[in-house]
Amino acid sequence: MTESGLVLTRHHGAPDQTTLAGYERVGGYGALRRAVQIGPDEVAVQVKASGLRGRGGAAFPTATKWSFLPKETFPRYLCVNADESEPGCFKDRVLMEEYPHQFLEGVLIAAFALRVTHSFIYIRGEYRSQRELLERAVEEVYRAGYAGRDVLGSGWGCELIVHGGAGAYICGEETALLESLEGRRGQPRLKPPFPAVKGLYGQPTVVNNVETLSNLPFIVEQGGAAYAATGTEASPGTRLFCVSGHVEHPGTFEVPMGRTTFRDLVELAGGVWKGRKFKAMQPGGGSMQILGPEHLDTPLDFKAVADAGSSLGAGALVVMDESTCVVNVAMRLVDFYRHESCGKCVPCREGTYFESELMHRLEAGVATRSELADLSDVCANMDGRCFCPLGDTATWFVMSAYRRFPEEFEMHCGAGVCPVRYRQEVMV
Amino acid sequence: MADLPTSSKSAEMLDTATIRRIADMKGKYPEARSAVLPSLWAVQDKLGYLPTWSLEAVASQLGLLPSDVEAVSSFYSMYFNHRPGRHIVQVCLNVSCGLRGADELLEQLRESLELDDEGNTPDGSFTIEGTVECLGACGGAPMLQVDRYSYVDLTPETAVELVQGIRAEDGRRR
Ligand SMILES: Cc1cc2nc3c(=O)[nH]c(=O)nc-3n(C[C@H](O)[C@H](O)[C@H](O)COP(=O)(O)O)c2cc1C
Repeated sequence: MTESGLVLTRHHGAPDQTTLAGYERVGGYGALRRAVQIGPDEVAVQVKASGLRGRGGAAFPTATKWSFLPKETFPRYLCVNADESEPGCFKDRVLMEEYPHQFLEGVLIAAFALRVTHSFIYIRGEYRSQRELLERAVEEVYRAGYAGRDVLGSGWGCELIVHGGAGAYICGEETALLESLEGRRGQPRLKPPFPAVKGLYGQPTVVNNVETLSNLPFIVEQGGAAYAATGTEASPGTRLFCVSGHVEHPGTFEVPMGRTTFRDLVELAGGVWKGRKFKAMQPGGGSMQILGPEHLDTPLDFKAVADAGSSLGAGALVVMDESTCVVNVAMRLVDFYRHESCGKCVPCREGTYFESELMHRLEAGVATRSELADLSDVCANMDGRCFCPLGDTATWFVMSAYRRFPEEFEMHCGAGVCPVRYRQEVMV
Repeated sequence: MADLPTSSKSAEMLDTATIRRIADMKGKYPEARSAVLPSLWAVQDKLGYLPTWSLEAVASQLGLLPSDVEAVSSFYSMYFNHRPGRHIVQVCLNVSCGLRGADELLEQLRESLELDDEGNTPDGSFTIEGTVECLGACGGAPMLQVDRYSYVDLTPETAVELVQGIRAEDGRRR
């Protein structure tokens, strides 16, 4: 373990980390050299020892995912998920903007371990300047001989392609990402078969998140055990958490998993802003359930947060102060899902439409009690019945917020205005 | 078969640099069809939007049907089928920005820029979008993006100043 206990941001403050030369000065691409020396199987052993779990949202163990690739089927592909569009998440942006070469080294280590011939980085369309930054970094990587033919004399070669999306949240879902990369509308595929068996162009494919892969240089350099030791046994490693909303200093904070709590994160971000009281928080990103003050001391541990009724998801934490109208927050999220529903399956396409219409009426204070009941009904008909998790998760925040703040939802019915906002305006 | 001549005619309307870019991209991927999104980007970067004839041109360059390409261009929200303002301004209204005053920011922009119903300024300089897809910069909420760059930690006043500043800069350059 490094003295700082940091993994992803351990080079913070070192100059020129966006250039190959700057990264090489802190030992960059040494891990790729080491990977080539120890061989693909030993890299996989170290990743297994690290206990690394995917940082894209589902927390699937990375080494296990890699092991699903059929042994003798080639070509196979690596697709890096840089579509980051989960509301409240901005860590992949930071990792690509500030440490692009650490990220690319991670991509190449994975590509080497998996013996892929092509690695694709699928980056969301809105991250245009980040895409261009990565494209420049990729050129440097080719010139240095870390990508292309016969990397570092290993006999293994790999093409590295940065692929820009064009505005579709659903393309973060791994099979929709593959469809999009194949030049189609970004609509999810039926699973199984899983991408590891039948992915890009029908070939075995691993899809991994930017943060997941950015951990690999450290893991190969210092060993899987050193990585695991930065967290706890159940939740190994560190994570770059994104704290936003009603805190004094929103931002990203790398902290050890398991040994840090939500309260620690809020404090790192300067505490609840304007001296106000904490009301609620949404961990994980827009898809996840709301938690309350009694969960502030919950550790950032996969199981502990699941037991609390939510998830660490993609590493976001949105803080809401006492002035927040949760109906308004839920309405924004529902609007987002309505806009981003890909239209493939009925429960999601129609469900998000009804959800959004009802939430707008509720927020404006014109919905009736029976419409509020309809909302629960619509959500019950979506959750678990959609083709992919987008539609299911479009109900999670709303319904968890309704369960936690039933009076606040009911108070909106027939009030004629948003009662929370009204109360504040009358009181000041 | 009958529409082949039109396709190749429309291909002639694309400039040679863009055609070369499309050919390069086609060669980069294991399958040519993967070059659809990057090709549409190349065309939109050149023309500002994707007129129907350009979809046919991309299709013929990649050996696809025009409908294959249109199916893609109509799915993704960042491709335009009509000419937008010179600059695209996306105002993030998702949760983290909403909690820190994004609605007021958009309202102020609407008022001071006299936007029409489609969010365009009368002089064609800007198209303002109140986007619902989180723009991934919640640490600097409220924020907006002008073309490829993010501007963070805004207030309604600084947002208006920013946009007016870009307009003034454009005026000087022209
Ligand atoms: C609707 C939806 C959106 C998603 N968006 C993203 C995303 O933006 N980035 C990401 O890495 N994973 C996203 N995922 C998760 C991916 O499907 C996949 O699990 C992940 O990229 C795997 O990488 P990991 O194992 O390294 O976490 C999304 C999933 C769903 C259902």
